Amino acid sequence: MHPNFKAMTAPRPTRRGFMAGSVGLVLGFYLAPKARASVAEDDFAPNAFVRIAPNDTVTVLVKHIEIGQGANTGLPILVAEELDADWAQMRAEQAPSDPVVYVNTAFGIQGTGGSTGLSNSYMTMRQAGAAARAMLVSAAADAWGVPAGEILVERGVIAHEGSGKSSGFGALAAAAAKMPVPVNVVLKDPKEFTLIGGEGITRLDAVAKTNGSALFTIDVFREGMQVIAIVHPPKFGAKVASFDGAAALEMPGVVAVRQVPSGIAVYGANTYAAFRGRDAVSVTWDESGAETRSTDEIARTFAAAARQPARLVSEAGDVETAMQEAVQVIEADYLFPYLAHASMEPLDGVIELGEDGAEVWAGEQIPTISQGTMGGVLGMEPSKIVMNTMFAGGSFGRRATPDSHFAAELANVAKAAGPGAYKLVYTRENDMQAGYYRPLTAHHLKAGLDVEGNITAWTNTIANQSIIAGTPFAMMMKDGLDPTSYEGSNDLAYALPNTRLNWAQMQTGVPTLWWRSVGHTHTAYAVETFLDRVLLASGRDPVEGRMALMREDRPRDAAVLARVAEMAGWSGPGTGDRRMGVAVVRSFGSYVAQIAEVEDRDGSPHVTRVWCAVDCGVAVTPDVIRAQMEGGIGFGLGTLLHDEITLDEGGAVRQANYDGYPILRIDEMPQIEVSILQSDASPTGVGEPGTPPIAPAVANAWRALTGTMPYRLPFGAGEV
Amino acid sequence: MAISLTVNGSPVTLDADPDMPLLWALRDELRLTGTKFGCGIAQCGACTVLLDGQSRRSCVTPIGMLEGADVRTIEDLGGPEAAAVQAAWVDINVPQCGYCQSGQVVSATALLRELPKPTDEDIDNAMAGNICRCATYVRIRQAIRQASDSLEG
Repeated sequence: MHPNFKAMTAPRPTRRGFMAGSVGLVLGFYLAPKARASVAEDDFAPNAFVRIAPNDTVTVLVKHIEIGQGANTGLPILVAEELDADWAQMRAEQAPSDPVVYVNTAFGIQGTGGSTGLSNSYMTMRQAGAAARAMLVSAAADAWGVPAGEILVERGVIAHEGSGKSSGFGALAAAAAKMPVPVNVVLKDPKEFTLIGGEGITRLDAVAKTNGSALFTIDVFREGMQVIAIVHPPKFGAKVASFDGAAALEMPGVVAVRQVPSGIAVYGANTYAAFRGRDAVSVTWDESGAETRSTDEIARTFAAAARQPARLVSEAGDVETAMQEAVQVIEADYLFPYLAHASMEPLDGVIELGEDGAEVWAGEQIPTISQGTMGGVLGMEPSKIVMNTMFAGGSFGRRATPDSHFAAELANVAKAAGPGAYKLVYTRENDMQAGYYRPLTAHHLKAGLDVEGNITAWTNTIANQSIIAGTPFAMMMKDGLDPTSYEGSNDLAYALPNTRLNWAQMQTGVPTLWWRSVGHTHTAYAVETFLDRVLLASGRDPVEGRMALMREDRPRDAAVLARVAEMAGWSGPGTGDRRMGVAVVRSFGSYVAQIAEVEDRDGSPHVTRVWCAVDCGVAVTPDVIRAQMEGGIGFGLGTLLHDEITLDEGGAVRQANYDGYPILRIDEMPQIEVSILQSDASPTGVGEPGTPPIAPAVANAWRALTGTMPYRLPFGAGEV
Repeated sequence: MAISLTVNGSPVTLDADPDMPLLWALRDELRLTGTKFGCGIAQCGACTVLLDGQSRRSCVTPIGMLEGADVRTIEDLGGPEAAAVQAAWVDINVPQCGYCQSGQVVSATALLRELPKPTDEDIDNAMAGNICRCATYVRIRQAIRQASDSLEG
């Protein structure tokens, strides 16, 4: 999902910040003083960020879903830092749905995506922690009869040296809740940080995710709950013409078979019954409105479009003249396939439908939109639907659907059956064949060089489907242009004269979606491998050549490149059986450079080592940043080696499970060394930026090794 | 047909279709939800359990063949290897989304019982059946080495 999505909801009155009660101190949304006109006793705050219990535990309500990116660790660290809590007393809990209190300031509604989680919470969560600390100190000062200014807080202990008094947070929580809300809180100078930027932080979800106790949506059971399996059309856009559920209904445990808007739903007493019943349903499909082209045909159309005139995105200088005057012109065509997210937990959700309301357990990245969609299906106010956000077994963008198709389907299977509890679980095959893929994309790049080998012109035409056109996110489009289609191919770090970027908006019946790093999944590969080829043509070193081209106003790109070259001991791509390749990419506000060391293993690239330098502003949790770089590298490496969704002649998806869509495995994973650049800049995301540079870095190394590189992904897919 | 077996040290009787995979019996019948569904065809390893001490994909193991069997799941693997693996997993912050990690921990435990001092190649071979979509593989290797070292000490 993308960060540039703003306000779909009108501003509503702000709410009260604090609540006193038997649970101790509950610190709500930290409100700017002018917004907090009055603090009414009855304005109870279920939408709090911080809870301090009598047993000293500090629970942070995390407004983002935890999909592995570390939200449940990063946000609590911000609170703990300003609260001067001990890390061991911190807990994390997913916040309920509330588009105002738990707004993602980058979107205007509640949502997780675009690598915005940490950046949009950096100040708010620190303020929440600082305010709680101030109230605890006030309570201690009152209780002990000492000046607040003499009280120190350190690692969860409030102490006054002169009187020898000290206390944990819990014992003072109830008194703190009665203290006035601080009008201004002073935040720490970053030099005083003890937790932010520190090492030795254990993820708050690490234990539960190691002993089987972490609860995902699939682990939710409700009284009398039925499990639902779904039969989807074999082609995108096909519809049910007729169906026969008799064979399924004869199976033990199959309760009902019903038609729903998305296909045929099989209701079972348990998952086994529902899945078996699913296989026994026979459906006749109406394919009159279906997408029946193969991906080969779609790819040919897109590749042709990338070589034709297309809409202008940006232009500088005089490209035509520069190309005419060039002594050498280099061109390349690239083709990128549809990609499935293939998260380990297939899409699933639980709904308990009552007469005038519903409760939902799911892993939705944009709960506000899902809630509204389900309200529409069920004919009830969205506020009547209580959303519980569970741990999600991966997402990579898949659980952030602008059309909330899964939430709608969940509501529809409940609506078709009436009040009761239902768990809708996709089989792996459902999940992989449902679409919402990274868009198939073609690039055509062209560069002009002068007699000395300098780049004098650079053009790129991209052909793909828009992810956001026709969705609520279309408001991100400007002048009919979808920046997620080409981000990363304009505003390059390199000072190139005479440039032009064009975009051809293509149409297919295949639903597409953001996929970890969105447009950068293909633009980074096209730009960074093409640049390498151009540098090679003029006999320049990949690192030095890039460095020489770096814009003066892009020092952070240059800095990560310099760091990674130093880490790898770069002195050119090398000469032996192992060669190095480099790529540097800015995405989602973060800067990442990677060098890959590659060898030839049975005709395919095998990556032995990767060095990665990242500048993501203030490094709040270095270990989480390293983990995201490592994971992002593995994720991106899969796009080079394996990942591809194809449609056969007729339009059916060929891949159904992990046997047809291989995921990178441990024996293909390189050793990785990550270095984080010291920075005082505001923190930016790390969930996505680790992914874009790896595939081009590996391809560049492969070219150094073999003289060729793939222009059509994945490796071995053939020519464009 | 009732099937009697031992799950995590306790006797259990399953009165269900003998073709039902162990995965669904554990999850839906016994509510041992740590064992996860990922693919249903023994491709991903999220459903790995210990069956008579050996790692096994529960999604393709019908309960009809488990009369008298001894099953251990992530909730209670027992033994020093599992404890060492789990401690290393937390210490090194292996999990990201966490969904595959039950299976990873079970496979790692089985590996260390078989090979207390695995090489990196042993680790890659033993763990290649377990997919982690978050690609936490670097840390899985590191945690297995650390667990192995801690068992030696």
